[in-house]
Amino acid sequence: MTEDRFDAIVVGAGPSGNAAAYTMAKSGLKVLQLERGEYPGSKNVQGAILYADAVEKVIPDFREDAPLERHVIEQRLWMMNEASHTGIHYRSDDFNEERPNRYTIIRAQFDKWFSRKVREAGAVVLCETTVTELVRGGRGEVIGVRTDRDGGCVLADVVVLADGVNGLVGQRAGLRTELEPDTVALAVKEMHFLPREVIDARFNLKGDEGAVIEAMGTVTDGMVGTAFLYTNRESISVGIGCLVSDFAQSQTTPYQLLERFKRHPSIGPLLAGSEVKEYAAHLIPEGGYKAVPEICGDGWVVVGDSGHFVNAIHREGSNLAMTTGRIAGETVARLKRSGAACTRANLAEYRASLDASFVMKDLRKYKDVPRFLDRTRQVFGLYPHLINQASQTWFRVDGVDKRTKEREILASFRKSRSLGGLIGDAIKLARAWR
Amino acid sequence: MHIVVCIKQVPDSAQIRVHPVTNTIMRQGVPTIINPFDLFALEEALRLRDRFGGEVTVLTMGPPMAEDSLRKALTFGADRAVLLTDRCFAGSDTLATSYALAAAICKIGETWGVPDFVFTGKQTIDGDTAQVGPGIAKRLGLNQLTYVSRIVEVEPSSGRLLVQRRAEGGVQELESRLPALITMLEGTNDIRRGSLDDALRAARAEIVTWNAAAAGIADLSPCGLRGSPTVVKSVFAPKPRAEKAEQIATAGTAPDEVADAAVAEIFRRLPGLEAELLS
Repeated sequence: MTEDRFDAIVVGAGPSGNAAAYTMAKSGLKVLQLERGEYPGSKNVQGAILYADAVEKVIPDFREDAPLERHVIEQRLWMMNEASHTGIHYRSDDFNEERPNRYTIIRAQFDKWFSRKVREAGAVVLCETTVTELVRGGRGEVIGVRTDRDGGCVLADVVVLADGVNGLVGQRAGLRTELEPDTVALAVKEMHFLPREVIDARFNLKGDEGAVIEAMGTVTDGMVGTAFLYTNRESISVGIGCLVSDFAQSQTTPYQLLERFKRHPSIGPLLAGSEVKEYAAHLIPEGGYKAVPEICGDGWVVVGDSGHFVNAIHREGSNLAMTTGRIAGETVARLKRSGAACTRANLAEYRASLDASFVMKDLRKYKDVPRFLDRTRQVFGLYPHLINQASQTWFRVDGVDKRTKEREILASFRKSRSLGGLIGDAIKLARAWR
Repeated sequence: MHIVVCIKQVPDSAQIRVHPVTNTIMRQGVPTIINPFDLFALEEALRLRDRFGGEVTVLTMGPPMAEDSLRKALTFGADRAVLLTDRCFAGSDTLATSYALAAAICKIGETWGVPDFVFTGKQTIDGDTAQVGPGIAKRLGLNQLTYVSRIVEVEPSSGRLLVQRRAEGGVQELESRLPALITMLEGTNDIRRGSLDDALRAARAEIVTWNAAAAGIADLSPCGLRGSPTVVKSVFAPKPRAEKAEQIATAGTAPDEVADAAVAEIFRRLPGLEAELLS
């Protein structure tokens, strides 16, 4: 065992771990951060969109030197079937502001930057060091971690588990159960490189403006999931993800879905002529509020993906990760300052702060949506078809009068889903959304 | 025992690409690693230290970002790291590099004790010259042992040293004396995984950073581009051959017959070759 003793040990160097380590180190705590990857970010995968608000609350002047790709000025939401998409676009010059709200980023670069900030704040960061288990004291309280290095035990007052979606450390320690396949999505993505001017022209952008597309519909083959396309400076991130339980049942592979999505007539031209340089896959915890495990105990707290803090409906994750990391860090720093121990009772402050924040409020708001989507598969097949069919009927000029067209559209809905079914789905959605 | 190990930060050759027009290596965004051959040298040095006591100092010359490789070397268990960095070293060829490194090793010797061993890898994967190690040995008057595959015996008291060296056609066993410079062959050992204490120490260690003046280099004329007589005039990709290989079928199976038939066929296809060879 090493003689070094720390105020806090952070397991993992993703957004939540970095936010926690940074916050605590800035408050003057002696912090050790352990990362199993070769460098911070080497194991991390995201779409990726960065939410400025959450970063700002950790590092207010991050815009000065963080590696950012484009700021998002246009959001497209697409409902797709095989040949078409019906969508909502929102684009605004208001997003060309001094302190833009959302950015596209490349995580390998951003995480390196974030980790440098953590080190500059005074934390000791060790890479290529895997935490194998939690060390417990006489009363079962967590007092440190064991690593896979020789002499690999190190003690601290509190262990912050930022160990990612699989939560292997917490799982091994019996603090949480194994992931359920129906609460976790498997997402794959590719990086397609294109000259900057080509991306600017294809998406009607200039300077560092960026556009993002979130899509759902028949592209997921009836499975619960979504697809995306984000513009980076000189590349496009394109990906798709569905629930693991759905993949298991359908026997479809993620890359087959992605290939099909890329070939879709609405997507293909956007990617034409690009060179693929990267392929990545990652699990996303999408169980929502009901899947959040216990998040604190004697000597430990859980932050980020490890705590299932992902708002799947709004495709938000990294901001919840940074926010939970920051709040956990603030809680620990406050306890330390007041000389209080990191017991379950004292760390309950963390849970209370989260409850009062957008993190838990949003998760609670959508707590029934996963169940709604699971039970209303029409959302991923029938409805995209009907909506696109309706769009076509409506926009095609063929000598048929508009009133007849309206009737045709209504009839098509009622024929494929009874009036009762339609109203039922609407009510279920409204309830889940509430 | 004091051992100096020279390492170099190089682009990860598994991930580099060559620019299609200029034929130069595109280093942008390519991860860097410690020259893999240097890791064999480092491990050998650490083993000697573990056996005889003493210290291992790692030394590199490069841009400030080369600090990453030094820190990595510390996580493997090296005791001290020195970064030699100065704009005046930019553009160094092997002659200028060995000049600067030799000066830094002298300074290391003055500061922490004269080294008994200087180790380098057999060559770097980006320059592939295998000249810097021998250059340092010559400048410092060290016994030079290159392509060493095994250190058989070391007697620190008498300074006797016995090593195996890979040579064409076999292995040479060489006896020599300390102080010596050894360039280590690949595959001779496996770099260790540093302990948690090593890793913690490395994360916090102050990397000793020297510019030319701090390394005691007063005369800058042998440094950098100015001190480098080697100039890369052009870089080109070898042209693929236009002709395809052909198979020559022969009747016999006895080696003599096959060879005779093959040669006869070649002479038949390339008239004039026989006369040219025999003339």
